Amino acid sequence: MSILVGKNTRLLVQGITGREGSFHALQMKEYGTNVVAGVTPGKGGEWVHGIPVFDTVKEAVNATDANTSIIYVPARFAADAIMEAADANITLIICITEGVPVLDMIKVQSFLSQKESRLIGPNCPGLITPGEAKVGIMPAHIHKPGGVGLVSRSGTLTYEVVQALTNKGIGQSTAVGIGGDPIIGSTFIDMLRLFESDPLTDQVVLIGEIGGTDEQKAARFIAEHMTKPVTAFIAGRTAPAGKRMGHAGAIIEGGEGTAAEKVKAFEAVRVKVATQPDEVADIVAQQMQ
Amino acid sequence: MKLHEYQSKRIFAEYGVPIPSGDVATTPADAREIAKQMGGPVVIKSQVLVGGRGKAGGIKVAKDPTEAERLADQILGMNIKGLIVDKVLIDEAANIKEEIYLGMVIDRVLQKPVLIASSEGGVEIEEVAKTNPEAIIRLPINPSWGLLDYQARDLAFELGLRRTFINQFVRIVQGLYKAFVNIDANLAEINPLAVTDQDRLVAVDGKIVLDDNALFRHPDLAELRDAQEESPSEREARLAGLSYVKLDGEIGCMVNGAGLAMATMDIVKHYGGEPANFLDIGGGAKSDKVAAALRIILSDPKVKSVLFNIFGGITRCDEVARGILEALEEVKTEAPMVARLVGTNEEEGRQILAEANFPSASSLGEAAQKAVELARGT
Repeated sequence: MSILVGKNTRLLVQGITGREGSFHALQMKEYGTNVVAGVTPGKGGEWVHGIPVFDTVKEAVNATDANTSIIYVPARFAADAIMEAADANITLIICITEGVPVLDMIKVQSFLSQKESRLIGPNCPGLITPGEAKVGIMPAHIHKPGGVGLVSRSGTLTYEVVQALTNKGIGQSTAVGIGGDPIIGSTFIDMLRLFESDPLTDQVVLIGEIGGTDEQKAARFIAEHMTKPVTAFIAGRTAPAGKRMGHAGAIIEGGEGTAAEKVKAFEAVRVKVATQPDEVADIVAQQMQ
Repeated sequence: MKLHEYQSKRIFAEYGVPIPSGDVATTPADAREIAKQMGGPVVIKSQVLVGGRGKAGGIKVAKDPTEAERLADQILGMNIKGLIVDKVLIDEAANIKEEIYLGMVIDRVLQKPVLIASSEGGVEIEEVAKTNPEAIIRLPINPSWGLLDYQARDLAFELGLRRTFINQFVRIVQGLYKAFVNIDANLAEINPLAVTDQDRLVAVDGKIVLDDNALFRHPDLAELRDAQEESPSEREARLAGLSYVKLDGEIGCMVNGAGLAMATMDIVKHYGGEPANFLDIGGGAKSDKVAAALRIILSDPKVKSVLFNIFGGITRCDEVARGILEALEEVKTEAPMVARLVGTNEEEGRQILAEANFPSASSLGEAAQKAVELARGT
């Protein structure tokens, strides 16, 4: 496998009987992901698209050996769902849900620091290892197996870049959306570290945006620890200060978190920064030679 | 969601933070009456959701009820940074000897609430951060056990507070922290916490920003939303479930996804145009949402052309194409438009637009260039 998800993934879907959960469970299953179970409290014993539903994550894990969970529950229940999965020793938890309160996420992160589980998201599209497993909501058909790892704070913008790569015949090892919230489970650095040690990844694309300082930290990490080439794109060069641009985390506060300072941080460590999404594919192609 | 000063201070008071006695007036006569009840000098403070009220002349001291009435008359109706003052807070005036800054925020890096304090209160903390960063103390708080009394005491000593104030100070800081957590705030600020000549600590000014994502837990607070906080178009967008931010340019943008919407604005700028807005229609949008979005974009008289950029995933391009045409039936406009639809059902989507003679573009770059040309009328 590439990173995090692949042929060994045994996926559990939390919120499988909901509209979103049921729709995407089928999409993921049709892509070839090994979807072994679903959980909706109170609906244990039912079946959704041939997938058995359980009342609790523990029961589902005991019965099916699920090792990965994807969460589609409404925002007010999301923190609880993440902690339930972690308590049942799920090793990788992906929370798609948007709109989770910040203080809930602070509690979750404090809880997870005592556990072995890794969280991706919330407010993210999930991740895909093309040809092996899709654990998310991205359109699968634009992807193609290959050697470029992607990590991004955004959804459709990532699809845009993936399609530009695929159109040039360049495939992807794994594409990960880490989410657009201010408090998220996995950061750019967590993913860069995995891509650096993954033998199937040759180079990495990082898609950032305004808000916070995660990109600046990633730039330092790249300079100190990465041997593989990285190409960056930063959205929000024209975003005004003090306004939230859709994502809860996409806001320039107290003059901090501008696109300009992020671009500068990458350029200072010789990471090429594309000015348009399409251009990412051009730079990646050049670096392959 | 931002709260007014008077709303913020009332919440702090519920958590045991001393605030000046005072009340809100919407007319000069009310202001006079409130000042009369106070029986001493009062401060007349405009209640608008913007910083720099003092510099703009929106905060004045009155020595008696007659002056309070006259000053309230001046301040009510005043335009402060585009916002019209329709309420003033009449607070008893305090003789301030020292000013302290106290604020609770979320630290994205530490992933914890952080208490920020400074002995240089009374000015914006961003100013202190620039001019005298050593004067700012940051105390990360473990969410599992909260703020501990000894931490608050340490802070009092670090701020150089006299011993007589320590217990008062601990109660105030604990009140601030509990308020922050209980109401799901993103920011809760007391600035200044004044040391008065009567040896009291009083929260003279306060500010709260609530976490919009947690408002479902606080229906009572959600009702405090001031229509002034957002423009009418931003309000309509919020109610329609759209994410919209008005900007100053002339090219309206309708995009699915926040990151792509920002990238679309950037590319408009790259080709020499100015984006009129940020607008994310979200995933799976159908014609009613597209129509609402188009109405909002066109309600801005500066908009000269509209760019649609849709990357179909869950959202289907044919549905968006139909949505655009249906929206145009309803929203009559002369503004030229261009659409770029890719992804799920893009062929069908383009076909639908082509049959209606609606211009499309195959790449984002081409669409942006076209939108810029259309706006210039070339």
